[in-house]
Amino acid sequence: MIWDWSFALEILPVLARAAVISIEATLLGFAIAASLGLILAVIRIAVPWTGWTISVLVELIRSTPLLIQIFFVYFVFPKFGLVLDAFTAGVLAIGIHYAAYCSEVYRAGFDNIHRGQWEASIALNLSSWTTFRDIIIPQAIPPIVPALGNYLVALFKETPLLSAIAVLELMQTAKIIGSETFRYTEPITLVGLFFLAMSLVSAALIRALERLLNRRNAR
Amino acid sequence: MGIRTLVGMLVVSLALIAVLATQATYSLFLPGLLQGAALTIEIAVLGSLLAVVMGVLAALARMYGPAPLRWLATVYVEIFRGTSALVQLFWLFFVLPQFGVTLDAFPVAVLALGLNVGAYGSECVRGAIQSVARGQWEAGTALNMSRAQMLRRIILPQAFIAMIPPWGNLFIELLKSTALVSLITLSDLAFKAQQMNQNTFKTIPIFTLVLLMYLAMSLTVSIGMRLLERRASLGLARGKAA
Repeated sequence: MIWDWSFALEILPVLARAAVISIEATLLGFAIAASLGLILAVIRIAVPWTGWTISVLVELIRSTPLLIQIFFVYFVFPKFGLVLDAFTAGVLAIGIHYAAYCSEVYRAGFDNIHRGQWEASIALNLSSWTTFRDIIIPQAIPPIVPALGNYLVALFKETPLLSAIAVLELMQTAKIIGSETFRYTEPITLVGLFFLAMSLVSAALIRALERLLNRRNAR
Repeated sequence: MGIRTLVGMLVVSLALIAVLATQATYSLFLPGLLQGAALTIEIAVLGSLLAVVMGVLAALARMYGPAPLRWLATVYVEIFRGTSALVQLFWLFFVLPQFGVTLDAFPVAVLALGLNVGAYGSECVRGAIQSVARGQWEAGTALNMSRAQMLRRIILPQAFIAMIPPWGNLFIELLKSTALVSLITLSDLAFKAQQMNQNTFKTIPIFTLVLLMYLAMSLTVSIGMRLLERRASLGLARGKAA
């Protein structure tokens, strides 16, 4: 018997509880990524000499595997006195990793703002903080929302990596069920189907959002 | 980021590895990690080859194939883009044997990463082919070429240049995903790092070296793809001038 429906139904509630952890990790990780990414992008514009440093930092983070970064936060940070539990360490690592990607998206958004907008705010004697908050960010963010959404989906698909440091998210739960019952087919396939469903739904949502934003910009 | 900065970063990271290798605590771990890196490179190269083959085949099937082939390619792309690489790896490793197909960890690793990245790659192949101007097809029609001839001799060579940068990013993604194979017991760089960490608790030297080694490998791919792009577009620029 390759696929057992009753077993699949039996483990579904357990996996559903684990899915909540995966989704929590996604939302917390993305909150870190989106805000840290924005901070990096703003610093880059506001403080003249940071551009080069930040691009090297971004390149460093993007060139090394997320799994190693998760291990790094979980195992190396405690050596410097910062002991984190597995969930926090994992979410922090994923958040920092995607902050590097997000900061590039924000940068593209800022680059698309016409220079005249900066000049106008200088002419009006606005502080750079006011310029960012009231003029640049409201214009720069809406067009890049779909790109950020794609990274949210990508981040969600990386959460199974947290199983490597034994966070009880979906993948880890599926592995535990597998090793207890010697049946891997149902748990791992269900996890795959769950991710597939979430990805297809979120891709459709992002497309709808994109259309909505385009229509608003056209008006 | 310019190619000079990338070369600079590569030189710095290699120099750092060399300097650290002279330190007693670090030199202890270097041979084992290099062994792991060799396996990482092997999986990355084979996986990249598979990814390119799958990417081109899936893109062509979706664009020009008969209906059943088109659906098959679409299902392949959606499944592999919609689920995690780790889930795919585990599925091939743990579930495939239930269907009577038992593979070693190494082929599973190459297969999972190649198929995963190939699905993303098919989208960039498709985009590159669509970016070739319509007039090129029309010119081919005027010359009475068959569609296969036009693709092979006119469209693909031009699409190839547009494909290089996105494939470069995908190769780096693939190189980074090789770390996942440590979770199906292959002793790649990530596996060696974890194993040494558990045995010695010398966490800082081990993970510093590992990060530097991955960085050096990724930068090498970036630089290689930049050079390839420069070479490939040289011919194009000449063609325009003539």
